[in-house]
Amino acid sequence: MLRQVEGSKAVADTVAMCRPQVICAYPISPQTHIVEGLSALVKSESLRNCEFINVESEFAAMSVAIGASATGARTYTATASQGLLFMVEAVYNASGLGLPIVMTVANRAIGAPINIWNDHSDSMSQRDSGWIQLYAETNQEAADLHVQAFRIAEELSLPIMVCMDGFILTHAYERVDVPEQEQVDAYLPAYTPRQVLDPLNPVSIGAMVGPDAFTEVKYISHMKNLSALDVIPRAASQFQEIFGRSSGGLIRGYKLDGAQTVVIALGSVLGTIKDVVDEMVAADIPIGVLGIIAFRPFPTEAVRSALSKAKRVIVIEKAFQVGIGGIVIENVRASLRGSHIADYTLIAGLGGRPITKQSLATYLDRACKDAVDELTFLDLDQSLADSEIAREAGR
Amino acid sequence: MSSTPIKFYQVGSFAIGNRLLPADDRSIQSDPSRTNALNSGHRACQGCGEALGARYALDAAMRATNEQIIAVNATGCLEVFSTPYPESSWRIPWLHSLFGNAPAVATGVAAALKAQGKSDIRVIAQGGDGATVDIGFGALSGMFERNDDVLYICYDNEAYMNTGVQRSGATPPAARTATTQAVGENPGNVFGQGKNLPRIAMAHEIPYVATATVADLRDLEAKVTKAMSFRGARYIHVLVPCPLGWGSQSCDTIKIARLATQSGLFPVFEAENGEVVASTPIRKRVDVEEYLKLQVRYSHLFAPTRRDDVINHLQSIADKNIARYNLLIDESESI
Repeated sequence: MLRQVEGSKAVADTVAMCRPQVICAYPISPQTHIVEGLSALVKSESLRNCEFINVESEFAAMSVAIGASATGARTYTATASQGLLFMVEAVYNASGLGLPIVMTVANRAIGAPINIWNDHSDSMSQRDSGWIQLYAETNQEAADLHVQAFRIAEELSLPIMVCMDGFILTHAYERVDVPEQEQVDAYLPAYTPRQVLDPLNPVSIGAMVGPDAFTEVKYISHMKNLSALDVIPRAASQFQEIFGRSSGGLIRGYKLDGAQTVVIALGSVLGTIKDVVDEMVAADIPIGVLGIIAFRPFPTEAVRSALSKAKRVIVIEKAFQVGIGGIVIENVRASLRGSHIADYTLIAGLGGRPITKQSLATYLDRACKDAVDELTFLDLDQSLADSEIAREAGR
Repeated sequence: MSSTPIKFYQVGSFAIGNRLLPADDRSIQSDPSRTNALNSGHRACQGCGEALGARYALDAAMRATNEQIIAVNATGCLEVFSTPYPESSWRIPWLHSLFGNAPAVATGVAAALKAQGKSDIRVIAQGGDGATVDIGFGALSGMFERNDDVLYICYDNEAYMNTGVQRSGATPPAARTATTQAVGENPGNVFGQGKNLPRIAMAHEIPYVATATVADLRDLEAKVTKAMSFRGARYIHVLVPCPLGWGSQSCDTIKIARLATQSGLFPVFEAENGEVVASTPIRKRVDVEEYLKLQVRYSHLFAPTRRDDVINHLQSIADKNIARYNLLIDESESI
């Protein structure tokens, strides 16, 4: 049903239609509106047969999710930023145990300095956690990805983070075709756990594994994670059959035909990028956009194929690895191996700094002429930074 | 099982005592058809108090619930010695996640069971003192505060034994551990307030809190059985001597646990909704020295220089417990 709705509310209503049995949450901005919405749905019995647990920390939230999922319940939680970091030990545990938990990450910066606004440094820090990571471009996609996430997670018995930009998406009111219950029920089968705690058939879950088998366990989980590269597109095409719209998948190209320059990004910034690219294409600049929806597993082959005709790649990232540079670019380079495509990285939108069309247009215009550095921080106050660095050096 | 404490005055084994009792009153462990929740063949040390306590506690819980239990385990000796892949000693559904999250994982198990309409299956979380009073303390308090339907059992051996006997928040004053060495003017662990988890649990006003030791296994069985008759958060704190960490003889595990109670250092009691409702009187009071001298972790109190000041300080802790829990009432009155 088409609604003018807050992103968090659309996600909350959609998650409820997935009939989760255990939801646990700890408040952290900008994720709060999602679980507030779900708590009201449980309390009012709009969502039945569901336990909503208010926990005392994010570490407990993920731990409750682990216990619930291992007991065969469809389980959901949401977090962001410091909260995601606080639960990290349990995040790795959930993937190691192969529990199909779905978690929304309302992307937010990591401190210090403390900052509640959007960037991708929280979920990017968990790219090696063994979770599948999907990034939503719009609130419509955020809602749709949650439906797909439960199906993908349960088919693979792997946890999934659905990442949506904090505030930019979570708090934005826009038109969303919120799924209908009948559609969700037709798409999402009841959860059948692969292994479950059951007194009738007792199993030990979480045994200690030594050097004799640890490598094999890790290799198997790697292969299982990679198999999502087949499952994610299938889930998206089956979603389209039932819901009648394209949502999700591994990557999404925009004006790639004939594009010599391809701009790669994740999440809501793709909208701004497309607006700028539209104007550049109108000015006969051969440029296109490649949005990455599935960042883990990384769709190396799909990206390679999408970039096969490109001469130049620009990756716009909302996070970076201190001491090296971009994160996404490192992954994209795996797709570029053996080619001679120039690549540039633009770090933008850190801690919620607006990524304006004007700044992007200026940068992309220069980048298309190879007149930018390999690594650029968008709208950096260079003189302020330089004077501070000089002051520190002079101490 | 009878809830009246049964006293064995003979010095022989419980098996002898069991033969003197009606079948229904016998120890669960004397039943040849007992469940063996924690089966033999695991890798606990000889004389391990934790292995003994866990087996009795879980078998009692199984009997009390018609074998409908799921156990969650914190990281620690109990987890490591019972499940080296591909082996497992557990004959119950068992889940180990992390060191500091067993109470929250158990909450999740209980929530999933409730959502699935399977609340007849009960949940037990268990961990050592490190998992309970230190790293998992926040999760445990949260579970208590929400009054989740979980019985949490702490097997307290008073230090981090699995990692090599380092001090925990439950390590008693003056005890030598690998991180509170017997050197300097005040050797061993510092005297402080200690972290008394049974009292902290009581402060949450949860339905049931109890302490027990492996010296009185029938009492432990009875308390687990009673705990399973309640819904909501419940806590049992079991003193389990560790021969390796305490520097005691493997054959003395039961004896040392008994001396801990008979000296007053470890009070055995029950509390309901935040109030003490029963305590187990001391039958034959001993000085704390009797307890201390069997353990190498206290040997620096006796040689090379006898530290009466420290021993007296420990005695004062025992005396305070005896007064607080009324442990010296005349036994003839208590029956």
